[in-house]
Amino acid sequence: MTSPTNAPRARRLVLHLVCVAVGALIVVPVWFGVLGGFKDNGQLSTNPLGWPDPWITDNYTGILGSRVFWRQLGNSVLIAVTSTFVVVGAAAMAAYVFARFAFRGRELLATLFAVGLMFPFAVAILPLFVLLRGMGLLDNPLGVILPQAAFGLPVTVIILRQFFRTIPGEVEEAAILDGCGPFGFFWRVLLPMARPALATVSVLAIVTSWNNFMLPLVVFTDQSWWTLPVGVQAFQGQYADDTARVLAYVVLSMVPALGFYAVAERQLVGGLAGSVKG
Amino acid sequence: MTRPSAVADASRAAPATHRSAAGRGAARRGGPPRPGRRGALAVFLTPALLLFLSLVIAPIAVAGYASLYKWNGFGLPENFVGLDNYTRALADPTFRGDLWRGFVLIVLSLTVQLPAALGLAMLLNQPLRGRGVYRLVFFAPYVLSEVTTAVLFTLVLSPNRGLGGAISRWLGADAGAVFADPDTVLFAVFLVVSWKYFGLYMMLFLAARQGIPKELSEAAATDGATAWQAFRHVTLPLLGPTIRISVFLSVIGTIQLFDMVWVLTGGGPIHASETMAVTMYQYGFRRFEVGYASAISIVMFLLSLVFALTYQRVVLRRDTEGALTTQGAQR
Repeated sequence: MTSPTNAPRARRLVLHLVCVAVGALIVVPVWFGVLGGFKDNGQLSTNPLGWPDPWITDNYTGILGSRVFWRQLGNSVLIAVTSTFVVVGAAAMAAYVFARFAFRGRELLATLFAVGLMFPFAVAILPLFVLLRGMGLLDNPLGVILPQAAFGLPVTVIILRQFFRTIPGEVEEAAILDGCGPFGFFWRVLLPMARPALATVSVLAIVTSWNNFMLPLVVFTDQSWWTLPVGVQAFQGQYADDTARVLAYVVLSMVPALGFYAVAERQLVGGLAGSVKG
Repeated sequence: MTRPSAVADASRAAPATHRSAAGRGAARRGGPPRPGRRGALAVFLTPALLLFLSLVIAPIAVAGYASLYKWNGFGLPENFVGLDNYTRALADPTFRGDLWRGFVLIVLSLTVQLPAALGLAMLLNQPLRGRGVYRLVFFAPYVLSEVTTAVLFTLVLSPNRGLGGAISRWLGADAGAVFADPDTVLFAVFLVVSWKYFGLYMMLFLAARQGIPKELSEAAATDGATAWQAFRHVTLPLLGPTIRISVFLSVIGTIQLFDMVWVLTGGGPIHASETMAVTMYQYGFRRFEVGYASAISIVMFLLSLVFALTYQRVVLRRDTEGALTTQGAQR
């Protein structure tokens, strides 16, 4: 039952058929988008399923040649990277304290962070907007970066704390004997040892930031700060009649995410499974 | 190296109540001097605490305060109306509809999406050539943003130039415009949400399934259990913690569903796909009824909180190492 040799052929065939059918549900819409970007709208109406004839590259080249797309891509990257640094940095320090220090109220504080996992982002968006306006952070990337980091803290702290706990006390002991203070231990011993866990939480934070829509939507009225999700939505509104062009924009905006996925799939899966296992 | 590190050991083993005492003792007795351990604690904790208190806790407090006022969001709230915003929300057919639609979406997720994900995970756990590729493909939509997904599907299902129109013409049926029909729109939204998220749950189930030792199902098979019996009585119970967490994530995710709906339908037609978050956004950012929108936020928050606490008490309690229970259970 568990080795491929004695699994009956027919059974395996059925399994493959199911997998291919589900795979098609995933791939076909994306493939439709990719090909659609190479068509014009006339072709899309008369021939939505088949190959483009002729292949039209204007949609893709037009977008790739425009400054708007690259600017939005750059904004998304800048915000994702900075958010990740802030959240992982702050969470690693807090997780170190929660894992390694003993003090009154520690569990209460740790619980407070864990409870943050249950706060839907949508709940806070309106007052967050009011607060950010009060702080003058609208149309400022920090207005997205800092709240994203704050809302990313719970899951990051939970995963890192769990990992830090697995590092044996002897390691810290040895570091202290070698003259390391808490800062030295944290910076020179703990963080290097925690590289896999740090990679995991960083990937989670990047994906979360990359896909965030609501916050940049309300924080940035200045178009030059728009991130890709906001840009895609606006592009759809602007070119509502030009389906082929919107498809090209959607496809191009997917490329970085899928590329990142291809590279970091392992960390992403590990992180998601880890956050659930706690 | 014989003397155990009191601090590290305490933090791992000792029950919570003894920890602080052990820690203080260690700071006094602890062999090599540890200058500024208290100071270090403060320095390490401050950034996270500041961020969390100012940008997660404070906004929720502000929402609670603003929800008691009739306020357009400018200046300070002055027109105190007590609980009027809440009674208004509970009487508002749109908001009541939001609750109902949220309920429908949750039921659909739990009865369709999660079981399908579980089934696929079990399938991909079988020895199957190319299952790595299948897994990679099934999980891929999770990395696409809800907005990208929604825009893609708006076009894919568009009756004129999309696949949806082509397929329905090919079938000779009039299945186009699923997002324009109040009777189908919610299901269409659900399908797109599932398209993006079933891979996540499949992945979680698969990871949990692979954590179950092979010997168990082999033992069941040796004892004469059919594949179904082995699944029902061995695998399924062992997947319990993951299933329960998945249900939790699914419910909390549905309560705050916004991006997908906003881009696919904007909540329409005639509110037929509107969610609480969309209603809140409409009032808060479009009509500047910030007080009323805050009340909706708070209701969302309370629903999540009550659900989370109840669920944790009643359901997650038996999972000794659940993510959300680890900290809470010790209190």
